[in-house]
Amino acid sequence: MVNMIIDGKNVTARKDTMLLEAIRGAGISVPTLCAHESVSRSGACRLCVVEIKKGNRTRIVTSCLYGVEEGLIVNTKSERVLNVRRLVMELLLARCPESDVLQKMAEDMGIEAQTRYAVDTDKGKCILCRSCVRVCEEVVGVSAIGLFSRGSYKEVGTPYHEPSDACIGCGACVYVCPTGHIEMTSTGETRKIWGRTFKMQACTKCGKYFAPVDQLKFISKKTGTSIDELAVCTECR
Amino acid sequence: MTKPISIAAKTRQIVKKHGNAKGAVIAVLQDLQEAFNYLPKEALKTAAKAMDVPMSRIYEAATFYTAFSLEPRGKHVVKICKGTACHVRGAAILQDRFETTLGIKPGGTTKDGLFSLETVNCVGACALGPVVVINTEYHGQVTISKVDKIIKKINKEEGAQ
Repeated sequence: MVNMIIDGKNVTARKDTMLLEAIRGAGISVPTLCAHESVSRSGACRLCVVEIKKGNRTRIVTSCLYGVEEGLIVNTKSERVLNVRRLVMELLLARCPESDVLQKMAEDMGIEAQTRYAVDTDKGKCILCRSCVRVCEEVVGVSAIGLFSRGSYKEVGTPYHEPSDACIGCGACVYVCPTGHIEMTSTGETRKIWGRTFKMQACTKCGKYFAPVDQLKFISKKTGTSIDELAVCTECR
Repeated sequence: MTKPISIAAKTRQIVKKHGNAKGAVIAVLQDLQEAFNYLPKEALKTAAKAMDVPMSRIYEAATFYTAFSLEPRGKHVVKICKGTACHVRGAAILQDRFETTLGIKPGGTTKDGLFSLETVNCVGACALGPVVVINTEYHGQVTISKVDKIIKKINKEEGAQ
């Protein structure tokens, strides 16, 4: 166990955990977008910044990536932290003006969109946190999507913007996306995502459409479970 | 006469040379670019399969680095340096000259496939500015008349063949 002082409170945290967990464990809220329990941390959204003090020095770190340390003095609401966080939020707002998640977050933090930043109109709601790409690689294991180009042209998608053969239509990217950028539409018997339409499997017992056929095929191949067994939805199993 | 080797076969050859480690992606892309002058879609797809690296990872690397081109490029790639030193010495005027003479914008290729135009940020030869790099040849202290000469010379060489 590690002892730290967070916002003047004595806090003990388990070794090898991140500062963010210790802070939230102490009942202090920290805004985050890209920290998701099912994907590895990347520190992409930079909203979780806090000020740490070691010896005589203080500095700003992303708490989601900073490991807990004995004797660390953490300040999550100092003026410096709030300044950094406000700037990050203003820039995110300028990038994704139509994101309701960001708008709500900004409102809660008392931050308004600034006129001094040119507002993007072509970025959708994507903050380029790479969570969807990570989940597709780390959890699903198909790596159908990626972040392409660079700088202000960087965007998420499938290679060549073509419907991907690798995608299994599972929708994990939609689930993990913090701002709701990725579109998935469903008609019941089909589901459309990343420009490709997937046929849905109807449960052989209740007849409800519950998963893309390609996803079931993928699971069957990976686990060796027969496709007939998988064609029964989780509620009927 | 030797039979021209297919894109897929050539790609597999290159992959074999570098092995299929994930870290070899950039080396493979560089060799592909050298072999085909650009990165054909077929080559990338074949490489992804042969290296057992997801297509999305390969496409990420191919679109990230400006040294890689996904479009066919001309036989002579003209790179105009637009770094600070070259810029103040009139790189913009040279770019204008290249654009009007060749009838293409940066990123474009002439219809005959001879020239591609690109701008780069610095080639590290600031004392020679303004610099224009054509394929691997560096031209220093370029002027408008030098631009005309360079284009004329290449056209002549190509026309003579």
